[in-house]
Amino acid sequence: MNGPDIWHILLGNLGWGALPFVRAWRDPSVSELIGAAAGSVVVIGAVAVLALLTWAKAWRYLWTEWATSLDHKKIGIMYIALAGVMLTRALIEAVLIRTQQATAINAPGLVEPGHFAQLFTTHGSIMIFFMAMPFLTGLINYVVPLQIGARDMAFPYLNSVGLWLTVGGAALMMVSLVIGAFSTGGWSGYPPYTELAFNPGVGPDYWIWAVTLSSVGSTTAGINIACTIYKMRAPGMGWMRMPMFCWTSLCTAIMMIFAMPPLTVATLLLAADRYAGMHFFTNGHGGDMMNYVNLFWLFGHPEVYILILPAFGVYSEVVSAFSSKELYGYTSLVIATAAIAVLSFTVWLHHFFTMGQSADVNAAFGIATMAIGVPTGVKIYDWIWTMFRGRVRLTPPMLLSIAFMVTFTLGGFTGIILATPPLDYVLHNTLFLVAHFHNMLIGGLLYGLIAGYMYWFPKAFGFRLNERWGRISVVCWVAGFYLAFMPLYVLGAAGMARRTQEVFDPAFRPWLLIALCGAATLFAGLISLFVQLYVSIRDRHANRVPVGDPWDARGLEWSVAAPPPEWNFASIPHVGRLDAFYWRKRNEGAYHPADHYHDIELPKESACGVIIGVAAAACGFGLVWHIWWMAALSLFVIFVTTIARSFMRDVTKIIPAETVEAFDREWLAQARAAHPVPRQLEQSEINEGLAEWIA
Amino acid sequence: MDRVAPPLRHPGLNLADDPRDTRRRFESDVFGFWIFLMSDAVLFALLFAIYGTMLRGTAGAPGPADVFKIGPAFIETLLLLTSSTTFGMASIALKRDAGAGALVGWLIVTLGLGLAFLGMEAHDFVTMAAAGATPERSGFLSAFFVLVGMHGLHVTIGSIWLCVMLLQLATIGRDRGVKLNLLRLGLFWHFLDVIWIAIFSVVYLQGLIR
Amino acid sequence: MALCLMLGGCGVLHRGFLSPAGPVAAATRDEFLWICLVMLFVIGPVVILAPLMAWYYRLANTRRVYRPQWGFSWPLEGLIWIPPSLIVVGLAVYLWRDTHRLDPYRPLPGQAIEIQAVALDWKWLFIYPTEGVATVNRLVIPAGRPVHLSLTSGTVMQSILMPRLVGQIYAMAGMRTQLNFEADAPGTFLGENVQFNGPGFQDQRFEVAALGAQAFGQWLTAIRARPERLDAAAYATLARRSTLSHPLAFGAVAPGLFGRIIAETVRDGAHEGHALAARGMGQP
Repeated sequence: MNGPDIWHILLGNLGWGALPFVRAWRDPSVSELIGAAAGSVVVIGAVAVLALLTWAKAWRYLWTEWATSLDHKKIGIMYIALAGVMLTRALIEAVLIRTQQATAINAPGLVEPGHFAQLFTTHGSIMIFFMAMPFLTGLINYVVPLQIGARDMAFPYLNSVGLWLTVGGAALMMVSLVIGAFSTGGWSGYPPYTELAFNPGVGPDYWIWAVTLSSVGSTTAGINIACTIYKMRAPGMGWMRMPMFCWTSLCTAIMMIFAMPPLTVATLLLAADRYAGMHFFTNGHGGDMMNYVNLFWLFGHPEVYILILPAFGVYSEVVSAFSSKELYGYTSLVIATAAIAVLSFTVWLHHFFTMGQSADVNAAFGIATMAIGVPTGVKIYDWIWTMFRGRVRLTPPMLLSIAFMVTFTLGGFTGIILATPPLDYVLHNTLFLVAHFHNMLIGGLLYGLIAGYMYWFPKAFGFRLNERWGRISVVCWVAGFYLAFMPLYVLGAAGMARRTQEVFDPAFRPWLLIALCGAATLFAGLISLFVQLYVSIRDRHANRVPVGDPWDARGLEWSVAAPPPEWNFASIPHVGRLDAFYWRKRNEGAYHPADHYHDIELPKESACGVIIGVAAAACGFGLVWHIWWMAALSLFVIFVTTIARSFMRDVTKIIPAETVEAFDREWLAQARAAHPVPRQLEQSEINEGLAEWIA
Repeated sequence: MDRVAPPLRHPGLNLADDPRDTRRRFESDVFGFWIFLMSDAVLFALLFAIYGTMLRGTAGAPGPADVFKIGPAFIETLLLLTSSTTFGMASIALKRDAGAGALVGWLIVTLGLGLAFLGMEAHDFVTMAAAGATPERSGFLSAFFVLVGMHGLHVTIGSIWLCVMLLQLATIGRDRGVKLNLLRLGLFWHFLDVIWIAIFSVVYLQGLIR
Repeated sequence: MALCLMLGGCGVLHRGFLSPAGPVAAATRDEFLWICLVMLFVIGPVVILAPLMAWYYRLANTRRVYRPQWGFSWPLEGLIWIPPSLIVVGLAVYLWRDTHRLDPYRPLPGQAIEIQAVALDWKWLFIYPTEGVATVNRLVIPAGRPVHLSLTSGTVMQSILMPRLVGQIYAMAGMRTQLNFEADAPGTFLGENVQFNGPGFQDQRFEVAALGAQAFGQWLTAIRARPERLDAAAYATLARRSTLSHPLAFGAVAPGLFGRIIAETVRDGAHEGHALAARGMGQP
């Protein structure tokens, strides 16, 4: 065996050319330099973080308190932290995309076409799979067990595995910046373009394995969330006594269970084509790419509602809490949520009206799509009527909710336009479509996620976020959206294709420039979120809300300390009606010690989830570069870890009753000492998390 | 919510003597596995759908009637159906808390039948490949191998799981975790049987009709 | 300044279907405006009510009523469920009719000219089978006469869009899709591929030239006189991944080339199945 063979076995297809720094050295064009800079940011960032952790001697703390934790609250926070990192990267890419189009008017612009294609592919893939999904899974993870009066999720260990699989997928996305190149096939990765015949590089493989990890992770999350809500509710919490966010989480979880497998099948079959020379979606040899398109959107459309429903749940909580009023039309909202979940599986074909099927089929799917507008409209009216005769506090989450109602309705308007097949024929694949789904995803989903983050942050960390920077951020997110995407509607109606690296019509220039300003404003929104976080951490002592109910809110999650103890509830509450905590406060039932304190059994920390996640990412990396030993070894590690875990019996720990009682009594003492705060002053420093309520 | 819990919530196991929290825990653990099976069923449903659309995509390579041998497929069916029965016997032994011998014995028989099934299937695949019907020849063959192979992969995982359970019975004994996993493995095993019946009808029988 | 920008900027809409140059685009525009009108009544109340409600019932306004326990009303439920449902039913009827009326496969009245389009990386090949000529990256059509376009792809999936004339349809390898359209009057329009297909994607644009009957005849005569012949070898060269700086034209075309391109990617009888599946979304 000679040298090159050994290297090939050890390193697969890896070579020097895979490094963007080497490529930039060989060809120092702006495009390659941007690639090298992005790679450097990842490498330097990773090294800096590692160094910082070592310097702060935080490794042990991170490992024992966070990475190996099976506590749903910590897992939720880690999901959201991951989403924050990925949001930053994908938003920078968005700014680059907009800069490219605004500058490349009959000019080459900043990046060359292949690089541009990677930008829009990673932007889309990250925003969906590694920003939106982790963010909402994190919120659900954190909030749902607290809302239903449970101590943890149904499967805490599976929860950790799901998190680390998602992190593994995200790591693959980041690695692709430094080693090799990502796919150019868009977030939907349509074959035959992504087949070996047209894309022999590693890009589509990165996409396949990153998305597959995310997809499997989300399936486990869906199973976990659904089972938690089905089986772990506190005594007395019937279905119609669950907070709205639990309902939307349940529907999302059920949709994940049914909608993630199509994605897994689509990516795995594409992998079968690329790795084993099969012919599922190839040109010729009996392959049929239409199967892929159907599979992808059989996932993709429910996915849209997987994303939006939790945001609807957040709005329901936020609007009700900040209107000091019960949610209008709870039953209506439940029915509408369930209707949306069911209907979302019947409309996937509207993503390809233009594939040449008969008018009957197109019309049927178009009508089904419009039908979803009815329950969605009902929801928006329900939130409007919730504000009616309330006492609305225009806090940042509430401002986002109001901006959502207006923005999302405009998106619904363009959605009805796109649901009409004859109009879709002219608008599909143009910037109109891009504007529409960003309208739904920013104005619907992202506003909701940020609102949820701001709303529950004091619960999770025990201090309020700075309101001034919150408002600045809201203004940026709202203004930025309108500036960035209203021009795209116009350009789309003028026939400008999406994903185009160069623009040939100078008349598009003003609109593209406005859109660029919008993208920059959105980026400013993100920066102000970080500033807000920084300022709030700096001023945390003044803004503490240890009693845990800063907004006079309604669900059980507000009935415990902020931050809540690891065991959530000293004794599992009994629920007598909807908005249980709100009524307990008013009936003098809140802030009482438990009759008896018991030992509490909680899941013990486990490294298995981390090991599986790391091994899965390594497996993906090995597969991408055809380093077979690495893939096989990683699979073996996953297998052995899973089996070893099934032999473990010492997987829980006991929190002694004395610890629980001591914590609870200290918290109750704080509550007694706290000054009840009226709503007018909830943003001031006297807010200690004890609400002054009027019966 | 369940102030008076029914004495027996699982036909597969006697749980009456366990504390209520344990029963609830058990219930939710098994329920979660049912949800997983539902998700897995979606995966198979999609593979069946793909197979259906690929039937005509033979691209000059051998088609269904050329490569399917009903004889071995029928014997495989019998093997798998019998293994389901024997797993059922194992479940009864588990439920009645009969001697460990009966439980282990039935599980070993099940494992043997599963391995025999896998062996026959592997032999089928090798025969097909020798006759020139390999997955990279055509869309139809790709779909066939992935659908049937995915079932085979599930049976393989089930068999490994069975080995692990036998090992756990030997080392840990019949504690809550082992009982729970046997219950889940039983669901998994029967589920694979149902899938195989669909494969036998949709793939093999229909292939012969054509 | 913003106003100037709006006024100046709205000129871009003349590039799209809102400034139609043919009957299909005109009907599409009418439908667009009609739906916009209906939808204004649907979204209007929300867009006005949401901020208004929040502002009027703000905490600082002490003169408003406060009913924290009010959470349900049958008349309101009726109001938020029934009228939207009725509007959707109305729109659905309208949608059903127009989806059939504007089905891209539906022939337009009149004697259509037959053109076959082949999507390549990164160019469009147009074959005029009856006339026996072909062009690349320039589609010449007779104005005032319907065009029946058959599409396939010699490579990955693409989507043809001529914004001022007609909406898009995918071109897929091994399958044939169709598009019917017409240009009202002579003129030149933009055509493009809008489905991303690689590094040359942004350059894959072509000019649609609608000529009067006489000019079209002259164009045909001129093009037939050209020596270039599009046979299998020329097609193979053309099919390579490349962008063209200027359009090409072929004075003669090997008969049945379009059918052979389709058959090339599908080696056996399965492709009729595919073509049918493309039409009916399932097993024929």
